[in-house]
Amino acid sequence: MRRDRRDRRNKRDLEIMDLEEDTRRTGKRRPHARNVEFAVVTYAFLLLFISLCAYFVYFVSFQSEDFINHPSNARLSKLSDTVIRGNITTKDGVVVAKSEIKGEKEVRVYPKGRTYAHVVGYNSNGMAGVELERNFQLLRSHSFFLTRIANDLANKKSQGDTVVTTLDSKLQETAYNGIGSYQGAAVAIDPDTGAILAMVSKPDFDPNTVASSWKSLSSGDNSSSVLLNRATQGLYPPGSTFKMVTALSYLQNGGKMSDTFSCSGALSNNGYTIHCYGGEVHGQQDLTQAFGNSCNVAFATAGLSLEKGELKETAERLLFNRELPTTLSNVKKSSFTLDGVEDKALVMQTSIGQGNTLVTPLHMAVIASAAANNGTVKTVHDIDHIENDNGNLVKSFDHKNSETIMTKEEAKRLRIMMRYVVTNGTGRRLNVSKYRAYGKTGTAEYSSNKRQSHSWFVGFAKKGKKKIAVAVVMEGAGSGSAYAVPLAGRMFDTYLGE
Amino acid sequence: MIHLITEIVRLLLIIMIAVYTYDSFKALRSNTSERVANRLYRKQTTIVYLTVFCSGLVLYLHTNDQRVIAITAAQSVLFALAMLIYKQIYEYANKPLINNMCMLLAISFLILTRLRIDHAIRQLFMAAAALLITCVIPLLIEKLKLWKRLTYFYAVVGILALGAVAVLGRETYGAKINIKLGPVLLQPSEFVKILLVFFIACMLYQRTDLHQVVITGIITAIMILILVASKDLGSALIFFVTFLVMVYVATQRPIYLLAGLSMMAAASVAGYFLFSHVRTRVLAWKDPLAVVNDQGYQICQSLFAIGTGGWFGSGLFQGMPQKIPVVTTDFVFSAISEELGALFALSMIFICISNFLMFFNIAMQIRDQFYKLIALGLGTVYGIQVFTTLGGVTKFIPSTGVTLPLVSYGGSSILSTMILFAIIQGLYKRAFSEGDLHEKRQKRQKKQKRS
Repeated sequence: MRRDRRDRRNKRDLEIMDLEEDTRRTGKRRPHARNVEFAVVTYAFLLLFISLCAYFVYFVSFQSEDFINHPSNARLSKLSDTVIRGNITTKDGVVVAKSEIKGEKEVRVYPKGRTYAHVVGYNSNGMAGVELERNFQLLRSHSFFLTRIANDLANKKSQGDTVVTTLDSKLQETAYNGIGSYQGAAVAIDPDTGAILAMVSKPDFDPNTVASSWKSLSSGDNSSSVLLNRATQGLYPPGSTFKMVTALSYLQNGGKMSDTFSCSGALSNNGYTIHCYGGEVHGQQDLTQAFGNSCNVAFATAGLSLEKGELKETAERLLFNRELPTTLSNVKKSSFTLDGVEDKALVMQTSIGQGNTLVTPLHMAVIASAAANNGTVKTVHDIDHIENDNGNLVKSFDHKNSETIMTKEEAKRLRIMMRYVVTNGTGRRLNVSKYRAYGKTGTAEYSSNKRQSHSWFVGFAKKGKKKIAVAVVMEGAGSGSAYAVPLAGRMFDTYLGE
Repeated sequence: MIHLITEIVRLLLIIMIAVYTYDSFKALRSNTSERVANRLYRKQTTIVYLTVFCSGLVLYLHTNDQRVIAITAAQSVLFALAMLIYKQIYEYANKPLINNMCMLLAISFLILTRLRIDHAIRQLFMAAAALLITCVIPLLIEKLKLWKRLTYFYAVVGILALGAVAVLGRETYGAKINIKLGPVLLQPSEFVKILLVFFIACMLYQRTDLHQVVITGIITAIMILILVASKDLGSALIFFVTFLVMVYVATQRPIYLLAGLSMMAAASVAGYFLFSHVRTRVLAWKDPLAVVNDQGYQICQSLFAIGTGGWFGSGLFQGMPQKIPVVTTDFVFSAISEELGALFALSMIFICISNFLMFFNIAMQIRDQFYKLIALGLGTVYGIQVFTTLGGVTKFIPSTGVTLPLVSYGGSSILSTMILFAIIQGLYKRAFSEGDLHEKRQKRQKKQKRS
């Protein structure tokens, strides 16, 4: 004890001597304790280093996936030296892509062929679909470690992990067969989770023969763009399905559900006239009735009542001109360009879904799922989880992110209108007792020939807690109620049970 | 079979370096007893040699190249020599610092052998030469009195060397960094860093009034401007931060620190608008994947490597680190992270941090203001260099193109870093002869004997 105290006193004396020496040299007393500055600098550096390490950990854990799966990352091809590319299956376990060893070579086989062509993609000539997006996981093996060691010793490849998609095999078949020989797309989403249940694009191709028929598939004069996934990349005029947007904008900017419109079958403004479909005259109707009848006159009137930029604001809240919240790559942005109110003809056209507006079918399905899910959109994804060759979970995906694109109240009003379409309007074929359907039909003109038009249906259905949102477009098929609605109905039947 | 051994060694290396790193932080704690500390150091030394042999085995199995065996053997001799010089001949050497130096060199030889065996051999010769050249430095630092008097000599030599590069230098990747002297490619900024520290220490040892600080600042600014003109922005940053830290600690006035940091911020903004190469770097930093094929190419390749390697790495020869441009120098960290794993790379960062802390620790213990400032300045040089290079290759900050001390390939880099380490060892010796540390140690030993 005493010795300690003496030590401390000695130390203090030394410090005082130091201070005196310093004072002598600099001619100034130093008021601070000696090492405050050292502490400041040390902690500043430590802060830098710790944030660097934290960032590095964050990058490797979460951010690196974007880089790993990037097509420019040449490393993935090297993984196939030691791993057999894994399977791709639907949620209900149907294998839609697998690798078979034929002699020395590994051959990619797609047992369901064209049905899953666009969504599953292909693994040659640059890859596409799930094959592209999950290339890294397909080339990793989490087999039982003793098996892997044994394979190593025998110089054999290990089996890669299985990618389980969110697709429903029955629904996918229904959608694929339903479009039949038409060109177009059908996509179905689970509104509660954002999981893609089915995705079909036509014209299609056989993924088993992509390499051998690559020239004709990819050639420039292939006007039907077989390889294009129309569900995510096809940009279509929305036709009357856009009335969902116009109706929401009208309600957001002072309009009421009870407002009445009178329809005489045509509306003229500034020398431009629009007509209702098939020359119908709808008479006096409120907003819901006008929506149900898909009355062009009423919606052009509603559009003309909006101020400059109001319709655009609503459209952009509904994800026009923006990236969709999705894990899928190569999804096109829908575009909405109307800005002013001067060009009355363009305002009228845009309000009823003609004009310059272009949408992807996936986007329309997202809007329908927002209506079904009280205005909230979950991250749209097509992968459920990754498992090893024994079916043990390797990685599950957490898609908790959501984005609210309309208020609860707005979603409810939109549902009232979409329900009216089914009970009293253009979608009456869907008025069945086994589930409750909601939706909007559309007939989108895409050329000067008024007879040529795309057939649209956008909507959702629910039975108990089970929900499904769909968007269907059939190119050049004509009116929505005649072609797209029956297909949507078959998809609802399949998913929600007969 | 080779693949299996590669896999085992991959995991073994991660475990060993993790243990090593843990120990080096344990050794930093001041209350560790002599006996425990020595046991730690011996364990560390063992791990260094094990790392050399394990990696040597895998490298040989993959390359089937006799030179790998020679490199492994030469490395072991080199490390034995370094440890002999510093642990046996110099009585009071800082042992953890020697261990860390050997460990980082081992990692360097390992990855260079993997990437380019001729570079590994040259690096080995350079390291051996550097060890012989620098082993007298601790003695010179301790015995010679003239270090405090060479003030303007440091400044003039520094400015001339940097000026020569700016005028005669070779351009690589848009920046003038090297100068060719006969057969040798010299990178003077690596050495001028050390001169700058000595110069500032001399100036601020004499007086710390405003006048003195301004003169010091002007001469530092001349060097920095030459570096900016040569587009060597990484070095310019290192010089500036070093000046700032030394002035702040010497004068004990936070105002200098604040003024300097705001100047740095203003200069960064000005640099962004004035120089297109700065904008390029920032662009590549913000969203590298958007410009993956031009400005973002380097950083994307680096991040592909780190990301694909993941936490445990691909294993030696299982990745594609050759895809990364300038992988043996600026981007060596990415190659290490890819093949040896992010856990290994993270441990390596922590070894560098422990070096930095050790430098500052030594600086704090020295009583002579001049040598205190030297240790502080060199510690800062080391710290900021490690931070900028690692931050750059991981996209934490825009990349500036500086090397990772002791690990990156390059004669100038390795020689200057070993000079830096040797000076620190000399200062550590000085701290001992000042008596303070010596007493403390004896006291501790006595206490142990009593208990």
